[in-house]
Amino acid sequence: MTLLAVEDLSLGFATEAGFASVLDRVSLSIERGQVLGLVGESGCGKTTLARAILGVLPRETARITGGRVLFRGADLLTADPASINQTIRGRAITFVPQDPFTSFNPVFTVGDQIMEILKWKSPRASEPAGHGWLPAVVSRYPADRKRADLDAVLELLDTVQLPRPKQMLRKYPHELSGGQRQRLMIAMALLPGPDLVIADEPTTALDVTIQAQILGLIRRLATERNVAVLLTTHDLGAAYEICDAVNVMYAGQDVESAPVDRFFAAPAHPYTTKLLASLPDASGTASGIPGEVPGLITPPGGCRFHPRCERADGPCRDARPPVDQLGGGHWVRCYHPHGGIR
Amino acid sequence: MTPLSVRDLKVHFAVRGPFNRRIGSIKAVDGVSFDLMPGEVFGLVGESGCGKSTLGKAIMGIHEPTAGEIWFEGQRIDALAPAARRAVRKSLQYAYQDPGASLDPRWKIGSSLHEPLLIHTDLDQAAREKRISSILEAVGLPDTHLDLYPHEISGGQQRRVGLARILTLAPKVVILDEPTSGLDVSVQATVLSLFRSLRETFDLTYVLISHDLAVIRTMCSRVAVMYLGRIVESGPTEAIFDRPRHPYTRSLVAAIPRIGGARVTRNFWLQGEPPDPGNLPSGCRFRTRCPKATDLCAREEPVLSTLAPGSVACHYPE
Repeated sequence: MTLLAVEDLSLGFATEAGFASVLDRVSLSIERGQVLGLVGESGCGKTTLARAILGVLPRETARITGGRVLFRGADLLTADPASINQTIRGRAITFVPQDPFTSFNPVFTVGDQIMEILKWKSPRASEPAGHGWLPAVVSRYPADRKRADLDAVLELLDTVQLPRPKQMLRKYPHELSGGQRQRLMIAMALLPGPDLVIADEPTTALDVTIQAQILGLIRRLATERNVAVLLTTHDLGAAYEICDAVNVMYAGQDVESAPVDRFFAAPAHPYTTKLLASLPDASGTASGIPGEVPGLITPPGGCRFHPRCERADGPCRDARPPVDQLGGGHWVRCYHPHGGIR
Repeated sequence: MTPLSVRDLKVHFAVRGPFNRRIGSIKAVDGVSFDLMPGEVFGLVGESGCGKSTLGKAIMGIHEPTAGEIWFEGQRIDALAPAARRAVRKSLQYAYQDPGASLDPRWKIGSSLHEPLLIHTDLDQAAREKRISSILEAVGLPDTHLDLYPHEISGGQQRRVGLARILTLAPKVVILDEPTSGLDVSVQATVLSLFRSLRETFDLTYVLISHDLAVIRTMCSRVAVMYLGRIVESGPTEAIFDRPRHPYTRSLVAAIPRIGGARVTRNFWLQGEPPDPGNLPSGCRFRTRCPKATDLCAREEPVLSTLAPGSVACHYPE
């Protein structure tokens, strides 16, 4: 069974200038143990999609206008928020943030912050904490479970290759390097024993040698623990390194999806090919894409890439292209894909 | 004549304890020398914290050098009086890492572009406007942008405004500090080709500071690799990328993802992270992470010595 399936999800935000349509009928699916890359430039809606899956969109402004988010067969958008909070969010689905520098609380040791998560989200907790009439904050953390949790933490810190885990837990976030903080974040995301980890640009803030180490770590842990990873990134190189499949988004629409080898060998959508041609290479012939990403309050009709696309014609402006299966799990949403299909 | 040359430059920052007592120092730049050739693009590459931005800022006089000499067009500039230094700044310019943060949010783009001309020249309003509109055309921005505020334009356009600000003064050497950080790849490619064409039009020499090896490779003719305040290897770009001699350079080059090539994450060999710059290891600074390190590396710091076609600071170069 598909672990996570997003089907035709549309949502937007109410802004002062009007309603911004940030996701327009986006679909994707992930299996257990798979690393799916969600690739796109800034402002294409990949972080919004990740947040929609996690259910942490700002409640006042975000409005979901259609679609479903099926996790293990159940729709997260219509489920009871309290039960999602206790069984899904932070347990079955966890999150690795983009910026390991601001994601820790600077006034507590990292050990305190990790144990705080496990107090509520430990896989060893038999029942959700804070039940009954007492406010959740005053509930106890049973000592024997705390010991078991601590052992699990130390073991996992060793797995993510952090030196001297015990001393590490007594440190404050500012005493750690960026790579160490991101390793801790990955460890924290894995501690509740999730089925799906959403990693939002986990290596953007890191140096290239550290990036290679962290990406290798994510790939290894996903395979070993049979955890699905949704990796959002703007870096096609990072996607090439560890993903099994790649989804490309442009201005809130999904444009192409393919297994990783087919994706880089035979990209079909004009946007994908142009994105690949923009990567700097030794010959210095990288071309870039003229024009800019459109505003989302009044997005172009039809395929949102048409104003920057030299293949665009009438139908591209009028209606969004349907999903066109190219075989082998490769599909594209374009009337004029590369490769001479049509 | 070399437009810019740096001799054994050191920038150390004091680490202070209680009562402002000096308890140590961070050697951000520790004995760096290089000469710039006229018209070239010289790359400074290294990971965060290796001192590459500090080096750039020390050349500009933003950080006071602890020791060493900086020569600009035959004139020693690190010990100049402030007024004389100001005159040098006109032809030696620095493009900041975050152009959005270096533009005044309450000034229109037009005012920001007039400011350098007001400070460094005595042109009148009409002459300034003429100069600005010709520069705007060169960097590919419409005249209508003069009446916009920085937040109203995109990151790539802010970068162009930052460049226009610098180019109005017709500098000779421009230090570009991480010129593509925060830009999407499609925008990055257009900004890089703009840098190339401006270099030809205005006869510029660039020092390009970046941690992005792909950018360095497409832009630079010569590269110096920095690690913890020192240049560990330098040479022509092709030589550095095709046959890196220093183990650190080898690991950096190996860490670049190559689309269509082998996955580097499968067997990436470099472990650990750079040590604390306030507490450097003895001998070679890279030895704590180096697979080839021996007793000699712990005892003696290797010096940058010529190994054709470049130079390398390692006891056991490849």
